Amino acid sequence: MTHQFDKSRWSRNDDSAVENAIRRGATRRDLLRMLAAGGVVAATAGTFIGSAQNAVAQTPKRGGALRVALNSTSTADTLDPVRASAQGDYMRMSTFYNKLTVLDNSFTPQMELAESFDTKDAKVWTIKLKTGVTFHNGKTMDSADVVYSLSRHVDPKLTSRANALAKAMIKIEAVDKNTVRIELDQPNADLPAILGTYHFVIIPEGTTEFTKAVGTGPYMTEVFEPGIRTVGKRNPNYFKSDAAFVDSIEMFGIPDENARVNALLSGDIHIGASMDARSAPLIKNNPALRLMVAPGGSYTNLNIRMDMEPGSKKDFIDGVRALINRDAINRAVLRGFGEPHNDQPIQRASRYFNADVVPPTFDPERAKHHFEKAGLIGVGIPLICSEAAKASPDMAMVLQQDAAKIGVKIDVQRMPADGYWSNQWIKAPFHFGNINARPTADILFSLLYKSDAAWNESRYVDAKFDKILLEARGSLDEAQRKQIYGEMQAMVAKDAATIIPAYIASADAMSTKVGGLNPHPLGMLQGYNIADTVWLDA
Amino acid sequence: MNKRILEMIGGRLAIAILSLFLVSLAVFFITELLPGDTAQELLGQAVTTEAAAQLRETLGLDRPAILRYFEWIFGLLTGDLGYSHVSDRPVANLVAERLPNSLTLAAITMAITIPLALGLGIFAAIWKGSIFDRAISSAAIMLVSFPEFMIATLLVMWLSVYMQWLPALSFIPATADFRTIVLAFIMPVSVLVFGSCSQMIRLSRAAIADAMATPYVEMAMLKGASRSRMVLRHALPNAVAPIVNSVALSMSGLLGGVIIVETVFNYPGLAKLMVDGVSTRDMPLIQTCSMIFCGFYLVLITAADIIAILSNPRLR
Repeated sequence: MTHQFDKSRWSRNDDSAVENAIRRGATRRDLLRMLAAGGVVAATAGTFIGSAQNAVAQTPKRGGALRVALNSTSTADTLDPVRASAQGDYMRMSTFYNKLTVLDNSFTPQMELAESFDTKDAKVWTIKLKTGVTFHNGKTMDSADVVYSLSRHVDPKLTSRANALAKAMIKIEAVDKNTVRIELDQPNADLPAILGTYHFVIIPEGTTEFTKAVGTGPYMTEVFEPGIRTVGKRNPNYFKSDAAFVDSIEMFGIPDENARVNALLSGDIHIGASMDARSAPLIKNNPALRLMVAPGGSYTNLNIRMDMEPGSKKDFIDGVRALINRDAINRAVLRGFGEPHNDQPIQRASRYFNADVVPPTFDPERAKHHFEKAGLIGVGIPLICSEAAKASPDMAMVLQQDAAKIGVKIDVQRMPADGYWSNQWIKAPFHFGNINARPTADILFSLLYKSDAAWNESRYVDAKFDKILLEARGSLDEAQRKQIYGEMQAMVAKDAATIIPAYIASADAMSTKVGGLNPHPLGMLQGYNIADTVWLDA
Repeated sequence: MNKRILEMIGGRLAIAILSLFLVSLAVFFITELLPGDTAQELLGQAVTTEAAAQLRETLGLDRPAILRYFEWIFGLLTGDLGYSHVSDRPVANLVAERLPNSLTLAAITMAITIPLALGLGIFAAIWKGSIFDRAISSAAIMLVSFPEFMIATLLVMWLSVYMQWLPALSFIPATADFRTIVLAFIMPVSVLVFGSCSQMIRLSRAAIADAMATPYVEMAMLKGASRSRMVLRHALPNAVAPIVNSVALSMSGLLGGVIIVETVFNYPGLAKLMVDGVSTRDMPLIQTCSMIFCGFYLVLITAADIIAILSNPRLR
C-alpha cells in the first residue's frame, strides 16, 4: 500500500519538527522513519529533509581566517591533555590533536586514529591503529605514542582530570608498531566511547613541554598565550583529506556576553560561543547572523538528600516532584533554550534514551497533600541555589512562588558561585546542582547514581541498580544494554531524589558565512570540536 | 639642593618600600582567608579529597602559609617571581605578555589626559565665571557621574555596532598594521580619558582659584599684571602641589583599576590577569600583580610628593 503525499497537509510546523529532529542529531534514516509514520512516501520525503537541512549543510569552501570567541578564558588555559578542564581547553584538544575515536551525534564512537577495537570479553581490548599518520613535527604516530598518551592519565602524580575514567586501564601495552592492548580492571563495553572523550588525545611519546601542541590534528599551533589567545594554522599533512577547510583558526575568550554579541554584530568575530536567551532576539533579527541551538549539553537539577531531613520523608520528595512546574521553567527561566526532561540523566539524543519514562505532572493539589502528610506546611524549608548551577536561582524562584500558593514556605538561599561545588553541592539537604554532558550512560549512572558514588547527589541506594549497572557495562550485546539502560532510567526517575526538570540547550551565534557546523549533544560548538568541519564563505 | 630636601625624599622612598612590604603581607594573608584553594578551584566540580591532596602536594601547597610567603619574598628579592600554580608557567612570562599592553594603554591615556585636563582646568580658572568655565565645569561633573561601563557600552553600541567605524574589541591581531592599532585604541583610551580627567579638571581649577584669592596675587593684580600672567606666573607655581597629587591619584589606577575597560573591549591587560589569579587562588600571580600595581601607585605618589617638595618655594 502506498500513501499518496498531500502537499497541502505539510505545514510549517512539520518543517520545524524535521528541523528540530535534525538539530537533535537525528540521522537521515530516523527522519525517513518519522516521515513515513506521518504518511509521507520516501521519494517526496527526501526533498523536505533537504529543505530543512539546507541551513545545516552545503558544499565546504577552503581558505579564510576564522575568529572564534569563547565565553571563558584564563591563565589556566592549557595544551596539556591531563590539565584540560575548561571549554577552551577542549576546543584546543580537538583543534591540535586527534583521539582514537570520536563520538557522533548519538554518542556512538566512530574510529579516528584507531582502525578498529576488538575484544572478546570487554576486558582485554586490542586496538589497531591507522598507519601513515604523522605528528606536526613529522614523526609517524605509532603504538608507543598511544601507550604514552593514555598512561599519562593513569599516573596519579600527573593528577589528570580524566584519572577517574583512566584508572580502569590497568595495563596499556604496545603489541607491535600499530597495535595496542589495553586491559581493564573489569569488563567495560564502553572503552571505545571513553577513549573518544576530550582528554584522551594522542601526543608523541616523551612529550613533557606544552608551550606548543604537537599532535596529529587539523591545525598546528602558531600562537598560544594562556588567557589571551590561541592561533592554529592549517596542517598541510593532515591525514583526513576532506577536512580542515579554513587556513587558520584564532580562538580567544570574551567572558562578557554583551561584548561577545557586540563583537559579532560589528563583524570582529565569526563565531560567538554560548549565548543566552537574552541575546537571542538581537541575533535572530540580524540577517547576517544565525543561532545554532544544541539541545542537551548539561542540566541543572534539584537534589534532595534522602538521608537528611526533610528528604528522609518520602512525602516531602513526592511533594516537591509534584510542585516542579517543568513548563514554567522551560518557558520563563530557560526561555526556549531547554527541553523538558524526565528526572534521569540520559539525553534524548542518546541511543539508549527511554521515551517511556514520563515526568510527573505539575499538580499543586497533590503536592499540598504530600506536604501536609509530611507536616511541612508553613515550616521554612531552606533551598540552596547559586549562579554556579546555571539558572538555579530562577528555578528556585519559580518553585518558591508555586509553593507559597499552597502554603509551603521555601526559604531560597542564594550562595556565591565561589566555592559552591566544594561547600554546598551534595552537602546541603535541599539544593541545586549542575551536571555537564557525559558521553556514556555508564559514566552518568556510575558517577551519579551508584550506591557508593561520591557524586551520588541524593544518596540513592539500590543494590539491584548497582548490579545491573555492572551487567550493562560488561555486556557487548547492544540490545541487552538498551534494555538495561532503559530500566535504569525508569528506576532513578522514580526512586532517586534528583529532579531534572530540563536539559539546558547551548546556543552559539555565528555569521551566516560560517558553514559546516551542526548541533551536537555534547554541548556548544559541535561538542567543542569544530576544526575538522568548519568552513568560511569569504 | 639642600640636605633637608634630600632627607625628605629619602624618607618618602623608605616609606614607599615599607608600604610595598606591608601590602604584600596583607594581600597574601587576605587571599589565604578566601574559601577554597588552588587545588579545589582547579579541580572544580571534579574535586575529590585525594585528588586535591595530590595536587596540593604537587604544587607545594601542603606546606605552612608562612613558609610559602617567605619563599616567595626571597624569590622576589632575587628577581624570581615564581611559577604560576595554575598555568604551570613562570609568572614572569605571564606578566611579560601583558605588562606592555597595560603600560601602552596607561601611557597613551596619560599623554592625552594630563595636558587636556590641566589645560581645561587652567583656562577655566583664567576665565572664571565665563561661559567656557561653566561649560567645562558642568561637563566635568556630568562625566564623573556616568559610570565607566556605561560610557564604554554606549560607545561600542554607537561606533562599532551601528556605525561600524571602529572594532568592538581592542584585541589586536598579531599581524596588525599601524592603522588597525590606532583604531583599536580609540575607544578604550577615550573611556579612560573621560573617566579620569574630570577630577583633574575640577581640582586644578579649584587649586588655582584658591591661589588667586591670596594677597600676593591681589598684589600682582594691583601692579597691573594681565589675568593670564597672574594665573601662570603667580598662582600656578603655588598650586602645583595639590595639582600633581591629584594627577598622581587619578593616574595611579590606570594599571590595575581598568578592569571594566579590559572586560568590555577584551583588552589583554594586567587587571584581568589579577582577577584570573584571584578566582583561581593563584598566589604567586596575585602577589606579583599586586606588587606591580602597588609599585606603580607608589612611584606616582612618591614622584608627586617629590615634585611638590621641590616646587615649594619655602623649601627652595
